[in-house]
Amino acid sequence: MNLFYHLGSLFLRFLRDCGGIFIFFWQSLLATFSRPFRARLFIKHMEFIGVKSWLVVSLTALFSGMVTAYQVHHALVKFGGQSVLGGVVALTLTRELGPVLTAIMVVARAGSAITAELGSMRITEQIDALKMMAVNPIQYLITPRLWAGVITVPLLTAMANLIGIAGGYVVGVMVLGIDHGIFMARMEDMVELQDIMSGIYKSIFFGAFLVSVCGYKGYYASGGAEGVGRATTEAVVISSVGILIFDYILTTLFF
Amino acid sequence: MITIKNLKKSFNGFQVLRGVNLVIPEGKTTFIMGQSGTGKSVLLKHLVGLLSPDEGEIWFENRDLTKLSEKEWQEVRKKIGYLFQEGALFDSMTVGENVAFPLIEHAKLPEKEIEREVDELLSAVGLLEAKDKYPSELSGGMRKRAALARTLALHPQVILFDEPTTGLDPILQRSIFDLIMEVKNHFNLTCVIISHDVPLALHYTDQIAFLHEGVIVQIGSPEEIKNSNHPFVRNFLDSALIDGAKEVSHEG
Repeated sequence: MNLFYHLGSLFLRFLRDCGGIFIFFWQSLLATFSRPFRARLFIKHMEFIGVKSWLVVSLTALFSGMVTAYQVHHALVKFGGQSVLGGVVALTLTRELGPVLTAIMVVARAGSAITAELGSMRITEQIDALKMMAVNPIQYLITPRLWAGVITVPLLTAMANLIGIAGGYVVGVMVLGIDHGIFMARMEDMVELQDIMSGIYKSIFFGAFLVSVCGYKGYYASGGAEGVGRATTEAVVISSVGILIFDYILTTLFF
Repeated sequence: MITIKNLKKSFNGFQVLRGVNLVIPEGKTTFIMGQSGTGKSVLLKHLVGLLSPDEGEIWFENRDLTKLSEKEWQEVRKKIGYLFQEGALFDSMTVGENVAFPLIEHAKLPEKEIEREVDELLSAVGLLEAKDKYPSELSGGMRKRAALARTLALHPQVILFDEPTTGLDPILQRSIFDLIMEVKNHFNLTCVIISHDVPLALHYTDQIAFLHEGVIVQIGSPEEIKNSNHPFVRNFLDSALIDGAKEVSHEG
């Protein structure tokens, strides 16, 4: 009985969170069209979510590209197909690893900070204070972050693709001895614009998703400092797992 | 004038407000008193739309506030200010930026004019020297004064104070109330104050309302309240009033 009760309440909580996050996203999106437009905040959040994430995303992409080249080479060499290494590494990065790893690193670096900041504003009544000054808190706090996420995550993804491929090139050509010309030619043969764009489209979705989840969890945090900590953990877990689940669903359906 | 009619509110099946009726007269100071956890802050938050009631009406300027949309509330909130218990200052902004915030959002004034108004407001609460400090660098009393300056920026007609002196020493409590009365008279405000401080309430206010078990059990002038025979009010007053405090109240 207890097990059913526990599972049921978990399921209800899951449904409530799903609905809440979607409504929150929708409200933030609609608030885009109400004045005043918050260009300065938008640029500030672009810097925080985008510019300040470049290093962590670059390092992740570089080493992922390098290790992918090693592992793929290990598999290809078994049937003498190592000449396609460049193409396989580029496809893996542009279609999957680039967008997914970038989004997860942005969750870890910027998403958690968004939840913690909003959560702390909530428990110190700063969000209510915004309301009391006749300012729509969602339009002020969330909408600029939402657009900053939607714009910067794909840009970071494009950068991650490039750096990851460079990492793969270093390992493939300089360490494993694949010919430069073959590496580049196979990459050009195998990777089409559509492959790159599918990753970029997914990253646009991930940008909106991670800001919605992290924003929602912080905005509705309760229970003091402990509550903010809990909200931050939940935001990071839901965003990261959600990105992987949606990656699978989007890839199956559209790409 | 604000008129509250039969206001009811429950949380998770527990009824906090069981039918509150209260008239808050214009230009006067009304104290709401009662034990901790009886729903005084809940009542106050209904007046600014931070909570919506299960039942009942709140009338202000010929409109029932309980029927307003969020957009309509935004207009009302420019007229009804709310001073949070801990001030709720934006901790990422300096005191000056905090006070300027509502002006930048709504007043559409040139930058110089906003600067001048911020200085004026901070002078009114005696905090001009702390203009460039962050809230974390201020004492509790200074934070409350800064929050008051920010609330005054939009020139509200009514200000609701949620325990404005909690956590302050008696001298600071007195100075905060003196300040509230000063700005009340200067800006011709209607003030609603939640407080546990009976001597100060008897000294400063025009009317006192006692909230007990979800309803207003007594409302009246300080003189009427002092002579109350209601068992709860009597008990509350007797517990709070010591001889010295009574003398303070007689001065008023």
